[in-house]
Amino acid sequence: MVAPSSGLGPFPIETPTSSEAIVVRGLEKSFGEWPVLWNLDLTVGWGEMVVLFGANGVGKTTLLRIISTQSKPDAGTVQVAGFNPRRNSLAIRRRVGVVAHQTFLYEDLTCRENLIHYSRLFGLEDPRKRADAALSTLGLADRADSRVRTLSNGMQRRLSIARAILHSPQILILDEPVAGLDRESTASLRSLLKGWTDAGLSVIMTTHDLDLGLSWAHRAAVLSRGRIRFPASDEYMDGAQVRRMVASALEPGS
Amino acid sequence: MIQFLRPIGVLLWKDILLEIRSRDLIVSLLVFGLVVVVVFNFALNSTPKLVTAVTPGILWVAFAFAGVLAMNRAFVREKEEGGLDGLLLSPISRDSIFLGKAAASFIFMLIVEAVLLPIFAGLLNFSPASLALLLTIVLATLGFAVVGTLFSAISVQTRSREILLPVLFFPVILPVLVGAVESTKQALGGETLVGLDHWLPLLGAFDALFLVICPWIFSIVVEE
Repeated sequence: MVAPSSGLGPFPIETPTSSEAIVVRGLEKSFGEWPVLWNLDLTVGWGEMVVLFGANGVGKTTLLRIISTQSKPDAGTVQVAGFNPRRNSLAIRRRVGVVAHQTFLYEDLTCRENLIHYSRLFGLEDPRKRADAALSTLGLADRADSRVRTLSNGMQRRLSIARAILHSPQILILDEPVAGLDRESTASLRSLLKGWTDAGLSVIMTTHDLDLGLSWAHRAAVLSRGRIRFPASDEYMDGAQVRRMVASALEPGS
Repeated sequence: MIQFLRPIGVLLWKDILLEIRSRDLIVSLLVFGLVVVVVFNFALNSTPKLVTAVTPGILWVAFAFAGVLAMNRAFVREKEEGGLDGLLLSPISRDSIFLGKAAASFIFMLIVEAVLLPIFAGLLNFSPASLALLLTIVLATLGFAVVGTLFSAISVQTRSREILLPVLFFPVILPVLVGAVESTKQALGGETLVGLDHWLPLLGAFDALFLVICPWIFSIVVEE
């Protein structure tokens, strides 16, 4: 991957106007009779990178899907970039970029064709130029005309990140974005995300990599038993207590 | 209006591009349709009286079952690697997503029908150059594609989608199929557009109804 400055950067079409990037209050979500999230509160400020930890199945992905308008909460309020998903879901989708477990890419299209397709769906000007800039940012310019099915898993992951930043979103929502990335690509992703937060934009991501998450985060949060727990604000990110809290949340059954 | 139509065109072009690359859908539909017409051609003596009586049924059996094959595939590509989630995360309405997918199914079915119809006509000795017949095919195929796309979106969420789709789909599409068979029978019997004043408006009415209801149901189906 090359430096973010060589291609697409954090240059959203609009400057954020809301006081916070993400505000979640009293969120509840169940699947059937199985409660996943309850009475969950979360705030992510502008220019902030929040890393979310938690064991498998505690609802991290569900929370991110609700924030990105893919899923509806049973109760509670959500504000993303100042918009309510119930009333302004299109406005939110224009302002968030999502990297999920699946790549959202079509394997029989080339890398460039996939990104042009999404550029057009987002109504971006000059889709080809936009696609090439995103490919350059993620170090995939030389594979622009390769079909996605010919890429390695790590390359597909990078292309998925290129798709997410294509429209220069104000908020990046990343669900385990480093899974499958090599060390060089992981370092470049960090520099990309740092550029995002330095520009006053926000990132919320999940990871199971404790050291990586704590070293990247402005704030770490732990999702456990349906709720978010932040370490006390006066603690250092790499403090032993924070590590114990995060590590205990990663234990199965937490 | 352009804001509404643009994503439909984008989705349509993407599906056409994918089909050009893979060619798996149109080829399988054509093979299926050809098998049907060849089998019936050997089984029946195509006397003029028999042609009028059984050709509409044969024609629509081939088109309908080929259509079900197409519908089975309509959302499979979107489900693989989360393409549908990618669409749902784009700032476009659910209606546009549905109509884009339905437009692609409609065009793929029309392409297959355009290839099969002259072959049917040659083997079963009827003239396909009838405006009434062509309009019947276009209207029935539109209804078929719209309803089929909705049921494809529903059944793709299940493991037994190949079984579930026809079970759900055919009872709903039956009025369109009956209208298509009756209208085709009259068109092959020499009726002009004026003579089809019952069935063609009925097919048009079904299409209009489905074009309103199906996008609305789709928007509910894809919500989590």
